[in-house]
Amino acid sequence: MTSPTRVVTLRIDDREVSAREDETILQVARDNEIFIPTLCCLEGLSTWGACRLCLVEVSGSNKLLAACATRVAQDLEVKTNTPRILAYRRTILELLFSERNHVCSVCVANGECELQNLAQRCGVDHIRVSYRYPELSLDLSNDLFRLDPNRCILCTRCVRVCDEIEGAHTWDVMGRGIDCQVITDLKAPWGESKSCTSCGKCVHVCPTGALSQRGTAIAEVHHHRDFLPYLTQMRGERD
Amino acid sequence: MPSDELVALKTKAEQRNRANRICVCTAASCQSVGADRVHKAFEAEVNKSQREEQVEVRAVGCMGLCSAGPLVRIENDETAVLYRNVTEQDASALAQSIGRAPVERLICPTDVPFFTRQHKIVLANCGQIHPERIEDYVAVGGYEALYRAITEMTPGEVLADVKASGLRGRGGAGYPTGLKWQTVAKSPDPVKYVVCNADEGDPGAFMDRSVLESDPHRVLEGMAIAAYAVGANLGYVYVRAEYPLAISRLRLAIRQAKAANLLGQNVAGTRFEFSVDIRLGAGAFVCGEETALLLSIEGRRGQPRPRPPYPAERGLFGRATLINNVETYANIATIVDRGGASYASIGTERSKGTKVFALAGQVKNTGLIEVPMGISLREIVEDMGGGVPAGGRIKAVQTGGPSGGCIPNEHLDMPVDYDSLQQVGSIMGSGGMIVMDESSNMVEVARYFMEFSMSESCGKCVPCRVGTYQMHQILSRMLSGCAGPGDLSMLEELTRAVGETSLCGLGQSAPNPIKSTLRYYRSEYEEALRKSRPSMPLAEEGVR
Ligand SMILES: Cc1cc2nc3c(=O)[nH]c(=O)nc-3n(C[C@H](O)[C@H](O)[C@H](O)COP(=O)(O)O)c2cc1C
Ligand code: SF4
Ligand code: SF4
Ligand code: SF4
Ligand code: FES
Ligand code: FES
Repeated sequence: MTSPTRVVTLRIDDREVSAREDETILQVARDNEIFIPTLCCLEGLSTWGACRLCLVEVSGSNKLLAACATRVAQDLEVKTNTPRILAYRRTILELLFSERNHVCSVCVANGECELQNLAQRCGVDHIRVSYRYPELSLDLSNDLFRLDPNRCILCTRCVRVCDEIEGAHTWDVMGRGIDCQVITDLKAPWGESKSCTSCGKCVHVCPTGALSQRGTAIAEVHHHRDFLPYLTQMRGERD
Repeated sequence: MPSDELVALKTKAEQRNRANRICVCTAASCQSVGADRVHKAFEAEVNKSQREEQVEVRAVGCMGLCSAGPLVRIENDETAVLYRNVTEQDASALAQSIGRAPVERLICPTDVPFFTRQHKIVLANCGQIHPERIEDYVAVGGYEALYRAITEMTPGEVLADVKASGLRGRGGAGYPTGLKWQTVAKSPDPVKYVVCNADEGDPGAFMDRSVLESDPHRVLEGMAIAAYAVGANLGYVYVRAEYPLAISRLRLAIRQAKAANLLGQNVAGTRFEFSVDIRLGAGAFVCGEETALLLSIEGRRGQPRPRPPYPAERGLFGRATLINNVETYANIATIVDRGGASYASIGTERSKGTKVFALAGQVKNTGLIEVPMGISLREIVEDMGGGVPAGGRIKAVQTGGPSGGCIPNEHLDMPVDYDSLQQVGSIMGSGGMIVMDESSNMVEVARYFMEFSMSESCGKCVPCRVGTYQMHQILSRMLSGCAGPGDLSMLEELTRAVGETSLCGLGQSAPNPIKSTLRYYRSEYEEALRKSRPSMPLAEEGVR
């Protein structure tokens, strides 16, 4: 008894738009090229609703709602850029920058980072809360990939893709509150993980420089010039 | 027509009945000051004098005035005398006083406001019946409401009664219970669950623990009636593992109810079926939040998720789920018993019935009280609580724990109801009530609660995870004299941002203690700033 999906009309920032009733506000806004910042949401993964950057004002509710987790409805009035929302977006981004050690100029993701892009787009050029400067060490145990928790924003994209798409569930979150960390297996070094298939999906979905491929960072290049004498010698013998 | 099951249990209770009873409180607070030893001493005493046929030594639940524990009540069918701070050594004198003059030096007067202003519904049996004997509960009318509901009423009629009662959820938010039940009842889901929230994580709150320890069958009966009304067959009680006595009594109660055919298949010979299981929480405050609690029951990490969908629509294992607090369920049997309208005659226009509070802090009488909604805060803390012990002035009353606020002395005459509390910047919460005298530093108080929220934040969403840390950091700077000039405005901005953007109630209400103390005691914050030198190092305790 599946009823056909209805089409509804609503207003986003005073623009009349139409949508399928099972779509989220975020999907519809994107279809109509209306900008809503997001960090935890990624098409293809389950909804998480945790970064709170996509909050919008919706008629009939005095609470701000996450556009990624809220379905559209007929005649809904959505506002994505009121002064209140713009201010909260900046505060949330500032909180993220204060939480770990984000030094963009020496980060592997410089120029390719969703957090950096959003900061630029939302006008965050300095932060007003104090930096935490946590002491966190890199996990370099994996030959192919690297985890730098200094850049992690705990969006759990890696956790979800590894569980929902790869089916390995190598990643999870440990601890609570400000002490949360992503870990592989039961906090084993990534290189020793028994469940990881080395598929690299987590690295590709990570919005920041927290997960990256080895061999891409400054001073990481390795030249194996010792192959040359061997090669020429072997070739010479053949001749 | 009463059920055979209930008649049999009543007879059993009557056979055990003795002319005199020595009721010893064995709930957690009295146990912690030696109530078990007192109980044994009385048993030995009665045994020695071979008066088992005349005197029953009964372990009962919390009598309320926990600060005077261990409490003992010696009663017969006409009179009752309450004794305070009873020790093993007193047992012999007290046992011998039966039939003679009471022991003056240990008497705890019961004609004082602490007892006379109470209106007991939820706590009616606490301190009266033996919590480990189902027949005691049945002897005072227990399970009759359930029997009547399933044999004489339709689910719709039960629902109508609960709606008419005006009962609102006692777990904190005060959502209308009847409305919640109706939503679950209307769900077409063929499988539904009933869940009881006994996570009780607020520091200083112990209402739910006391009810479970003192009268567990009342909660089970409420859940069973709820299950009948919404069409569920399976229920869970989610209790924190730190409550071992509550858990063991609840376990026993479930076994007894099953054996008495009041839970399980064909309850009391009808077609109604309802079973209850217990799930233990590991003491995370956030697992009291309903969506986190349900995930925890499923065996997953207890983290809130965005709502809607609400549990009533999609809850435990994806099914329609009714989730209510312990105290909410504890009201149900009385509502069905006396009718919704009768219950609604207690309380105020928009807050019906009674509320249990755990009274603590700088007051003479601390313990558990149940008062009608609408009573003034002053009556509770000054008349019932007896005011500040050394005769000092009450500075503020904190309600709602880490999600609530501080109500200053000048508002003490306000009525205690959901809306009035909200108006003055606090919340009803689950029932913690802490009295503070003039020695309390309100910035310190705010930091205490922020420390709690920060360490209990689950860490899922950014504003709560990092915002509670930053607010705690600013408060710590203020208290150790190294705050900067911008700190106060940043603190205010963070209270708004975290409150409005966090994912669940923990983050949304975490700024409340700061907001309310800023509203009434702003000068204390400004004073802290004036004394500050930004170059001062941050005191160790503030660093994480
Ligand atoms: C952080 C947090 C902690 C909570 N803790 C509890 C709790 O310990 N006990 C409780 O009954 N409700 C608690 N709640 C409220 C529940 O989410 C839910 O609203 C309640 O169990 C519903 O029952 P009621 O309608 O009977 O009040 C908490 C909510 C939040 C946000
Ligand atoms: S590379 Fe390993 S950890 Fe990453 S998604 Fe694949 S299996 Fe999971
Ligand atoms: S490692 Fe990357 S993908 Fe994983 S939680 Fe951190 S920022 Fe998100
Ligand atoms: S508000 Fe706090 S407790 Fe609630 S989901 Fe966010 S981080 Fe977790
Ligand atoms: S994108 Fe919606 S909360 Fe993160
Ligand atoms: S625990 Fe004994 S009176 Fe409360």
